Amino acid sequence: MTATAEFEPVIGLEIHVQLSTKTKMFCGCALSFGEPSNTLTCPTCLGLPGTLPRANAKAIHFGLMIGLALGSELAPRSIFHRKNYFYPDLPKGYQISQYDEPLCRGGQLGDVRIHRVHLEEDAAKLVHAGSSGRIHGSDASVVDFNRGGTPLAEIVTEPDVRSAAQAREWLTLLRTTLRQLGVSDVNMEEGSLRCDANISIRPVGSTALGTKTELKNMNSFRYLERGVNAEIARQETLLRSGGHVVQETLHFDPQTERITSLRSKEEAHDYRYFPEPDLVPVSTSDEMLAAARAAMPELPAAREERLQSLGISAASARQLAWRTELGDYFEAALAAGNPPVGAPIQPLANWVCNDLVRRVGEEDPNASQVTPAALAKLVGLVSEKALTVSNARLVLDRLVADGGDPAAIVEALGLGAMGGGDDVLDPLVDAALAANADAAEKIRSGNMKAIGAIIGHVMRETKGRADGAEVTRIVRHKLGL
Amino acid sequence: MTTSRDTSSDITLLSAAAAVDAIERGELSAGELFEAYRAAAAGDELNAYLWVADEAPAPAGQDAPLRGVPLAVKDLFCTEGVPSQAGSKILEGYRPPYTATVVAKLAAAGAPLLGKTNQDEFAMGSSNENSAFGPVLNPWDRARVPGGSSGGSAAAVAAGSAPWALGTDTGGSIRQPAALCGIVGLKPTYGTVSRYGMIAFASSLDQAGPLTRDVTDAALLLKQMVGHDNRDSTSIGFPGEIELPRSGSLKGIRLGVPEELSGAGVGIEGGVLDAFNATLKLAESLGATVETCHLPHAPHALSAYYVLAPAEASSNLARYDGVRYGRRVENGGLVGMYTKTRSEGFGREVKRRIMLGTYSLSSGYYDAYYGRAQRVRTKIADDFRTAFAEFDFVVTPTAPSVAFELGAKTSDPMSMYVNDYCTVPMSLAGIPAISIPNGLSDGLPTGFQLCGPAFSENRMLEAAYALEQATGFEATGARIHA
Repeated sequence: MTATAEFEPVIGLEIHVQLSTKTKMFCGCALSFGEPSNTLTCPTCLGLPGTLPRANAKAIHFGLMIGLALGSELAPRSIFHRKNYFYPDLPKGYQISQYDEPLCRGGQLGDVRIHRVHLEEDAAKLVHAGSSGRIHGSDASVVDFNRGGTPLAEIVTEPDVRSAAQAREWLTLLRTTLRQLGVSDVNMEEGSLRCDANISIRPVGSTALGTKTELKNMNSFRYLERGVNAEIARQETLLRSGGHVVQETLHFDPQTERITSLRSKEEAHDYRYFPEPDLVPVSTSDEMLAAARAAMPELPAAREERLQSLGISAASARQLAWRTELGDYFEAALAAGNPPVGAPIQPLANWVCNDLVRRVGEEDPNASQVTPAALAKLVGLVSEKALTVSNARLVLDRLVADGGDPAAIVEALGLGAMGGGDDVLDPLVDAALAANADAAEKIRSGNMKAIGAIIGHVMRETKGRADGAEVTRIVRHKLGL
Repeated sequence: MTTSRDTSSDITLLSAAAAVDAIERGELSAGELFEAYRAAAAGDELNAYLWVADEAPAPAGQDAPLRGVPLAVKDLFCTEGVPSQAGSKILEGYRPPYTATVVAKLAAAGAPLLGKTNQDEFAMGSSNENSAFGPVLNPWDRARVPGGSSGGSAAAVAAGSAPWALGTDTGGSIRQPAALCGIVGLKPTYGTVSRYGMIAFASSLDQAGPLTRDVTDAALLLKQMVGHDNRDSTSIGFPGEIELPRSGSLKGIRLGVPEELSGAGVGIEGGVLDAFNATLKLAESLGATVETCHLPHAPHALSAYYVLAPAEASSNLARYDGVRYGRRVENGGLVGMYTKTRSEGFGREVKRRIMLGTYSLSSGYYDAYYGRAQRVRTKIADDFRTAFAEFDFVVTPTAPSVAFELGAKTSDPMSMYVNDYCTVPMSLAGIPAISIPNGLSDGLPTGFQLCGPAFSENRMLEAAYALEQATGFEATGARIHA
């Protein structure tokens, strides 16, 4: 391999999603949201002798919904397996998971194909005392079983991702899809959405797969992108220096951005999978399928398409569809504004996607002081030319700060646009041209940029209430252009 | 066969059903009966009990169907606040925070807990010599084993220190000790009795059942045990109700005698085979037809069983790791603690089976062992289905020998495993089977096993009852020895 070869990353993702059921995967304990340690446990999720699991019907329902959303084939019959290994966070000495007969197979989301979706139980949480924060070298470890047994859906993609940025973008789409389904909180920082990446690189043009590594512990979208980039860079450096990639499981430390080995292929566990004899197979009945279908909301991909068909630009449609709360806000504003049929709605989309988002950031706009109806009214005032764009932005500042009715704010602050009548603007433009003779001269000689000074003058005089376009028209008229 | 024996002097001579009747009629008090058995259990010299109740429970049971007739329970059933150790040092002193479904059901039906009985560690064994708490002695001859793994339950019932007992059967662990102790033992259809709270050996095979002095008692206890339990996903319940046997007729009943399990070359002891054949003759004289049948894959049952059961056990026993309960032996770090805890906590046979099971599930060996054993299991179930198209019941000797001497087979696991030769096929097929006393060979009890299709318990109990009435073998026979 030459030092100048161009490499192409090949990335597959494994995503664990904590399902927001009421109870755990195999017992009746409530799911944990930061309760005191070991308060949400029972003999079953503690793995006490003699206890037996029973599968959570709601988790299976959610699993089927995920399968439907990803266009997967839903297995008429799937079975649980035991994945055997010793670890203190695994009270039975095995995890109940699915193996060669998962709930869903295949599918596609966006530009990435889905390999499978299966259900399993989450492990408990180890709390390590001591400096390293990891089990090796810690003075003592205690186990909090509150999380143990939380239902998980594991989504495995095909190796269709080609860059860290694509991984991040695709995971965003998946998160939105899952959020829209209402099956999970999908919060990476809190661990309800976890992503591991299988990464290999190969010379561009090659179709063979390189040796892959599995990168774990990327607990935010940012870290996912950084971790994958770091691993791609590590592999490239290795290959360019004549080395080779070793198949191993890697740990990404977001603080130092260092990648360390967790275990090599030789150290990999032999999980001794076998069918879980304590659980009967899951038979997906017609009723279960019908219930899953009936519960399906509109998904981001479909919403994106529908919004575009309403005449919204591709970029806005994607932004509104992929950020569910933004799309919901937009549609509420659209309904409240009740624009006449055929009226353009792109301006409203722009106000939501640009001006509002700039002000509320990542927050849910539905939780802000600006009601969708207020924004719709504000945009209506602008399109009726009753308010200039720049003054509308001032009104939006007030709405974000205090809420209220845009018309009332316009009234109170005297920001209403001045009528287009020449009677009002004519003398103001005359005065502006007189005060800015240089600019007037430049405009006459064809330098339209100079008109800014004239408009600025008028705006100062009118406190921004004048319509810039109208002022321009009058200037051009007066200068005979 | 009921006797005219005067039972007023010793109320522990009453069968459980007779005791229920006597309490119902007001001739006997449940408290008095409990105390008589409590004293007998506390004075037990066979090492049949690992724990005996201090006092009778509140007399609430008196109006319930079983009227307060006490129950001995195999150690591996979880009983709240009461030691439940599965015969293992690794669970020494372990007191669960909950009670197994079937024990709770029976307590609610009026059969209070009398004591916990000794057993082979984690139900792995056919002689009770694998108990971490010492072997149980056979009441017929204290130099001999009671069978296993429910050896404590069988010995207690045979010796009269319990009116009846709960056991579990994975490959014969109820039927074989019942045969060796001269009592009745029934393994129900897999799924009829909840497994919730039974410390697991091999989940796909484990099933709770009664060990009793006669067939009527077995029916009476089983009637209260069956039922769907939503805490056990594999539980099915029983279609209809278990009925007490009444008619005792064998007229027109077709018995199949499998060449593979009862034939001359199989290795059944001469005296056991003679007793078996004598009962077949008797059955014919009562109107049954007896014909040879075939279970072609049955000779492979033992091999399949000793792949599947250890495989499940290797996983089921992974939870005994010293982290949360039971024994923990510190040994510098996590892996050291795991190793030392399990090395010291488990006995030899348990370790052997964990090794076997771990091996057969290992990557690269799974198909050759576990996968193939599962296919054999399916074939065996098919064999039975085919046989039951022609026969009402398949019958065999329960165990190939009478009770053997303590220590006789402990050095050779294979000779021990062969004890389950006639009982394992039914376990793999998940079908019900019962062992009833079948007379003596060299002064020691033998057992006669009947098995039928899934959920045929009622018909099977009727047939067993008919044979019991005709043979007249009494389960209280051990009392003269004990």
